[in-house]
Amino acid sequence: MAFDVETWVNVAAFVGGGTAMGFGAIGAAIGEGYTAADANLAISRNPAISGEIFKSMLVGQAIAESASIFALVIAMILLFTEFSNSSYITVCVLLASGLSMGLGAIGSGIGSGYPAAAACKGMARQPEMSGRLTTNMLIGSAVCQTPSIFALVTSFILLFTNFSGRPISPTWAAILGAGLSSGLAAIGSGLGGGLVAGASCEGISRQPLTVTPVTNVMLLGQAVTQTTAIYGLLVSFILMFKVFPETGSMAPPMALLGAGLCMGLGAIGPGVGEGCTAQNAVRWIARNEKATGDLTRIMLVGQAVAESTGIYALVISLILIFVV
Amino acid sequence: MAIEGMDIIKAAAFLGAGLSMGLGAIGPGVGEGMVAAKACEAIGKNPDEAGLLTRTMLVGQAVTESTGIYALVIALLLLFVV
Repeated sequence: MAFDVETWVNVAAFVGGGTAMGFGAIGAAIGEGYTAADANLAISRNPAISGEIFKSMLVGQAIAESASIFALVIAMILLFTEFSNSSYITVCVLLASGLSMGLGAIGSGIGSGYPAAAACKGMARQPEMSGRLTTNMLIGSAVCQTPSIFALVTSFILLFTNFSGRPISPTWAAILGAGLSSGLAAIGSGLGGGLVAGASCEGISRQPLTVTPVTNVMLLGQAVTQTTAIYGLLVSFILMFKVFPETGSMAPPMALLGAGLCMGLGAIGPGVGEGCTAQNAVRWIARNEKATGDLTRIMLVGQAVAESTGIYALVISLILIFVV
Repeated sequence: MAIEGMDIIKAAAFLGAGLSMGLGAIGPGVGEGMVAAKACEAIGKNPDEAGLLTRTMLVGQAVTESTGIYALVIALLLLFVV
């Protein structure tokens, strides 16, 4: 089947647009559903402040929605933009862009559901802490959204960079690898960051006096959890901006595609695991404020060990890009 | 097989539409199910508030549905407009 390049560009645009919105719808819906579920339970527990709980639920759901809105934007751009420089690289750019934003929205969407749910539950338990709960929910959800913003940045750079000077092979694989790296890496970190934020809201509602250590450790734990998404973004940037020499064989393109897959998939596990660690650390600081120092130390040590496979994935990615 | 250029573009549009709505239906399904499940639990714990709880459940489910509607819009655009 010999089609001209414009045909393949259109094919890639539509498949990419469909993929972006398809994947992008999953995470936010699950997160928002979780929030509404716990909000309803909270209202049944304390109907007197149902107004506050309802408002928090809607605000929290709006933040979870934002990642899907990014995916919708990318899908619309892919569907309706006339791409002027048609080449086989453009085909890969469109697919990669769709994959990056689509996959990137999953984790952040689900993750943002946790703090909103915990804030609603906390308000039922401790109505006086409503203001502080909302603040922690907003801070936690915002940090949780950062991996999807990394994926959005990658999508935009892919769409609007001029790749015309590059050789088709192996740049096609570098572009697909860049999209996969950012997109997949955002899944774990988004989810993990959300777990931590949820625990902080739960902890504050149980023990309002522990606001300061809980918030500090939440931010610290979330920062460590986000590191694997940063590795994914780093590998994406290297793949997008390094000019690779022309090659005729299959090995170099597969190395670059493999590098993207390696960092992308490899970032999922550590992201979720470190999130679970920080979640429990924050939860128990709220119950036992005196143990803050010990808990923080063990959280960081545990997260560092969990990070190890993520570092292996980063090293192998870099070897695939630079050495092989 | 002699396939025309326009043919495969249409084919890709349909594939994209299928992917969009197919994957897009997963999330709202799971999410709205969770809302309804917890609503049952909530009403079980506090039957007097059934009206308020049902209303909240429906609002929560409507917001959760929104990303599914975005996926539906993209699918319809791919089917009929592009």
